[in-house]
Amino acid sequence: MKEKWLLTFPPDLTEEAVTYTLIKNYNLRVNILRASIGLNVSGSLLIMIEGTCEEIALALGWLKKTGINVDPGNSQILWDESTCVHCGVCTAICPTKALSLDASNWLLSFSPDKCLACGHCIPACPLGAIRNLKR
Amino acid sequence: MAVKKTYEEINKKIREGKAVVVSADEVLNIVAEKGIAEAAQYVDVVTTATFGPMCSTGAFLNFGHADPPIRMTKVTLNDVPAYAGLAAVDAYIGATETSLTKGISYGGAHVICDLIDRKEIRLKASSPGTDCYPRKSIDTSINLDDINEAYLYNPRNAYQNYSAAINTSNKPLHTYMGILKSSMGNVHYCTSGQLSPLINDPYYRTIGIGTKIFLAGAQGFVSWMGTQFCSGRERSENGLPDSPGGTLAVSGDLRAMSTEFIQPAVFEDYGISMFVGIGVPIPILDEEIMANVSVRDSEIFTNIEDYSVGRRDKPIVGRVSYEELRSGSVEINGKKIPTAPITSLHKSRQIAELLKIQIEKGEFEITKPVQRFPLTNTLNPLEIKRNEDV
Repeated sequence: MKEKWLLTFPPDLTEEAVTYTLIKNYNLRVNILRASIGLNVSGSLLIMIEGTCEEIALALGWLKKTGINVDPGNSQILWDESTCVHCGVCTAICPTKALSLDASNWLLSFSPDKCLACGHCIPACPLGAIRNLKR
Repeated sequence: MAVKKTYEEINKKIREGKAVVVSADEVLNIVAEKGIAEAAQYVDVVTTATFGPMCSTGAFLNFGHADPPIRMTKVTLNDVPAYAGLAAVDAYIGATETSLTKGISYGGAHVICDLIDRKEIRLKASSPGTDCYPRKSIDTSINLDDINEAYLYNPRNAYQNYSAAINTSNKPLHTYMGILKSSMGNVHYCTSGQLSPLINDPYYRTIGIGTKIFLAGAQGFVSWMGTQFCSGRERSENGLPDSPGGTLAVSGDLRAMSTEFIQPAVFEDYGISMFVGIGVPIPILDEEIMANVSVRDSEIFTNIEDYSVGRRDKPIVGRVSYEELRSGSVEINGKKIPTAPITSLHKSRQIAELLKIQIEKGEFEITKPVQRFPLTNTLNPLEIKRNEDV
């Protein structure tokens, strides 16, 4: 199974080799989507992980024991098509083209599989049509 | 022989259901196939449209008189102040006005849409009281169907060739052109390009005072030249102003409007604006008008201005065509920069299509302007005169 996690670290844990441990000890396939980590400041890591149910559960247990906050629900960006006027002002803000305009009919579309849940689109939308489920 | 048609001839065809009506997008293929002269003979009306944020938008309202009556001097609608420095129960609610209690999450634009949606609006007003208007305060609710006149009067809409925006600084900017990322991270542009009303009538031959238009779902009118009307700009060979040129002041009945074609816009850390849907039919009176409406995105050029410079005149960092802007990226100083529109082309096309259908059905006739716009207007800057020397 596949899951998207947003990991947040307190400053004292930024030296922990998290991705190494997840791969080496828990046999997970890790894809880093976005990372913001500096030495001795709090950091965040958005990753896509793939493994068996058991491997994921064990990894989750280790992360929590280590003091790393795991937020799986944070990746839920919701686009309300009925509120959208398809202006497209969110499209150049989106770093992965998860929000894009179709050049044939100029309708906006949202691809959740491309979305990093960075949230930059939320304040960019003048209609308030984009929100974070966890917010 | 040169094509010559009159407004009356075209309206006769509209009434008979024989008029050939196409959008400013669709006309391009017809011109490519038939050429200007034959296309001018064949097509009677070309519909143009735009749907973008237009800050200079608002509505005049007349509330009717209470008993005893009040001469309202301070008015709020759902806690949003309206201008009441008019007769006793007249007020103007501007789209960008913000709520006294909710900040920019609710403002004049929201009040206007709530009125159109027939929602109850809380009206509070105060007055010093006069012999003829003894009441000093009122707290009630109104509905669009309860009050007297309610009409949109927008002093400046539908800019002819607005400039695109970029940010060369190292921090993001929150503007009425959306969020501009640092270090030239994006370019935002508005106007609907080859579908935009004044782009298709560069010298205002058929769009003038009195022109009947589609305004937010209603049949409205061009009431005046828009504010900051700058027809005297330098122009390209195709007649288009090189920088923002003409504008339209428009008005229309709120009761006939639909929020499908008018919506509040909230720009974070900037304020409130309003998406306004405008459609303008252009009658094809002759070949020159046909040549004008056959303009393509590849032939419309606009400046990219640097919004990180907080001055009246912003530096221009590039000049690009709408075809380039629409491609999703432009190249500036060797860097490929993503582009995004603020004007909804989807909605603009929907309006052009709807207007076309209304004309085909005979529900919408074309009007000759009562007066044409001046061609040599320039902009006056505001000078700071109050200093020690004055």
